[in-house]
Amino acid sequence: MRRIRELWLYREIILNLVRKELKVKYTASVLGAVWSLLNPVVFLAVFTFVAKVLTAPIEVYPVFLLAGLLGWNLFSVSLTAGSQSVLGNANIVKKVYFPREILPLATVGVALVDFFLQSVVFLAVIVVSGYLFVAEVVWLYPLAFVALLILSVAVTLWVSAVNVRYRDLQHLVALGLLVWFWMTPIVYAGGQVEQRLRDLTVAGVSLWHVYLLNPLVWVVFGFQKALYHSSDAQQVLPSFSAGELALALGVVIVAGVVLILLTWRVFFTMSGDFAEEL
Amino acid sequence: MSATQGPAIEVVDVSKRFRLYREKPTSLKQRLLSGRTRSDDLWALREVSFDVPSGESLALIGHNGSGKSTLLKVIAGILRPSGGLVRQRGRIAALLELGAGFHHDLTGKENVYLNASFLGLSRRDTDRVYDDIVRFAELEDFMDMAVKFYSSGMLVRLGFSVAVHVDPEILLIDEVLAVGDEAFQARCLDRVRTFQKEGRTIVLVTHALDQVRQLCDRAVMLDHGVVHAIGDPDDVVRAMRLTILAHDLEFAHEEGSKEVEILGGVLLRDDTPLDGPLHPGEILTLQVDLKANEPVEDPIVSFALHDAANNFVFGGDTVGAGVALGRVDGKRRLRFDLGPVPFTGGKYWVTIGVHARDNQRVYHLQDQRYSFEVQREEGRRDQMYMGVDVEVEEL
Repeated sequence: MRRIRELWLYREIILNLVRKELKVKYTASVLGAVWSLLNPVVFLAVFTFVAKVLTAPIEVYPVFLLAGLLGWNLFSVSLTAGSQSVLGNANIVKKVYFPREILPLATVGVALVDFFLQSVVFLAVIVVSGYLFVAEVVWLYPLAFVALLILSVAVTLWVSAVNVRYRDLQHLVALGLLVWFWMTPIVYAGGQVEQRLRDLTVAGVSLWHVYLLNPLVWVVFGFQKALYHSSDAQQVLPSFSAGELALALGVVIVAGVVLILLTWRVFFTMSGDFAEEL
Repeated sequence: MSATQGPAIEVVDVSKRFRLYREKPTSLKQRLLSGRTRSDDLWALREVSFDVPSGESLALIGHNGSGKSTLLKVIAGILRPSGGLVRQRGRIAALLELGAGFHHDLTGKENVYLNASFLGLSRRDTDRVYDDIVRFAELEDFMDMAVKFYSSGMLVRLGFSVAVHVDPEILLIDEVLAVGDEAFQARCLDRVRTFQKEGRTIVLVTHALDQVRQLCDRAVMLDHGVVHAIGDPDDVVRAMRLTILAHDLEFAHEEGSKEVEILGGVLLRDDTPLDGPLHPGEILTLQVDLKANEPVEDPIVSFALHDAANNFVFGGDTVGAGVALGRVDGKRRLRFDLGPVPFTGGKYWVTIGVHARDNQRVYHLQDQRYSFEVQREEGRRDQMYMGVDVEVEEL
């Protein structure tokens, strides 16, 4: 609790760091913030092609893909940048006192700004193009977002601290994210996974249930359920009702909060040595 | 900020241990392979305790590696102590390095706001003092320029200006007063004096012993992480000077009251000055010429040897050798016969001093002025040299 109060006292730094990061990221580049939008556009182009070639088509692929992808980007950018957040600010950490949590939190903040920018632009484009969202399930969107944010903060805190002592964690993060990405139903349909894995068991355990242990699966399901409702939604999305997804996301949020408390403690313990390990 | 508040800083039994890794393993593989057994512990601070009353200016002095900068970082909260605790009352601004955290791609103005927020100032507070900051740094025309185009002097000015304008109750300063041009230094000192008048607490780490006496109410001398002396600046500075004979390159200069003066020292081998490296076992002589500018009773001449890592390795003096110089007036030549050189390689520095019998007065000190080198014998790994004579007899 005291940590949180102290963090609040220093909130100004977080805002300033986020502002600085954005400024540094986008000044001296011609396209500026457009880069932030370009990443999903390229993903969309590539995966539209891949999906056409490889799998059963999804009716409105852009909506489906972006529903999961933007959230995923928030997570992966937080982790990638977060692993460097303490290292990259070594000169400040060694010379000034402030709650060190601020550094990874600021990287999540930067990812958050990108997320909102991307979401607003793409959702607007989708709406303008005539795809209407359904009011009854859109409330899942903020719920999934909260779960996503909590998970991002928890894991980023851990990664940023541990990477100070074990520098090769950053390579592991890159690999881990690659695996994690494909273990999450972002480019392919979760409904298909359910059909194919449900009856496969290893040692009496359903592979589908194993697949569902990944908390990001629930986050992505939540986003997709909230946004995607084309005629093939029955096949594309898993068979969970909005209520079931909300319950699962609630569990993810609670677990995420517990995880934050754990990783925060790890971070705090390790942060006492940051100034000498850098 | 009244005196009734109690100490501004309490340092209670603070210890700090550093792990020294022999090969600094920072990757997982290295750490797994090496385990934890290959680390040595270095105690930078050991059970250091003292209070700094509110409104006091305290100097931390000590030789390089004595732990004074570590202690300052612990007080600032940058390092967490391994044992003990530090209590601070009030906002702290630490001037450990001016302009720490300046980002090169941002403008001067943006950096002021960023830097001020690291020192705990809100945006609104920064708005209020922004003009003062710029004026003090004399950078009115440059605030919209990215700081990567600044000269180092401009950066230093801006850094100091931000730090003194964040209105700290406690100011920690680590030798930053030694930067910038003279005019700016004078203004920095002025500013520090203003802080003192306003009743703020200051902890200053410095090598400039004059500054300690001018600026501080009290001083703490650390030696190898332990409080060696604490109290009146004059006393502590003297304690520092008395240990100088056996310490520290930082003071590599001369001092003393010059009643007796060292005219020069020469290192001799076979009665001729050294013209190259010695070999282990060769006989070394230190010759010292003195001149008394006024008659002095029984001064002591001493010398000390330091190795390249500035470790004190050997010292001696006339008293230890059982020699009394008696009343000295005019010139004297002394020869310290040091015998076979026991070192097996490396460079050594020689300090020569002349001081009064009661050790209270230093007549003349030349700190690590002279040096000699010992050649390492090809292929030998000896730690030291011992003369070996062999006798063989028939049984």
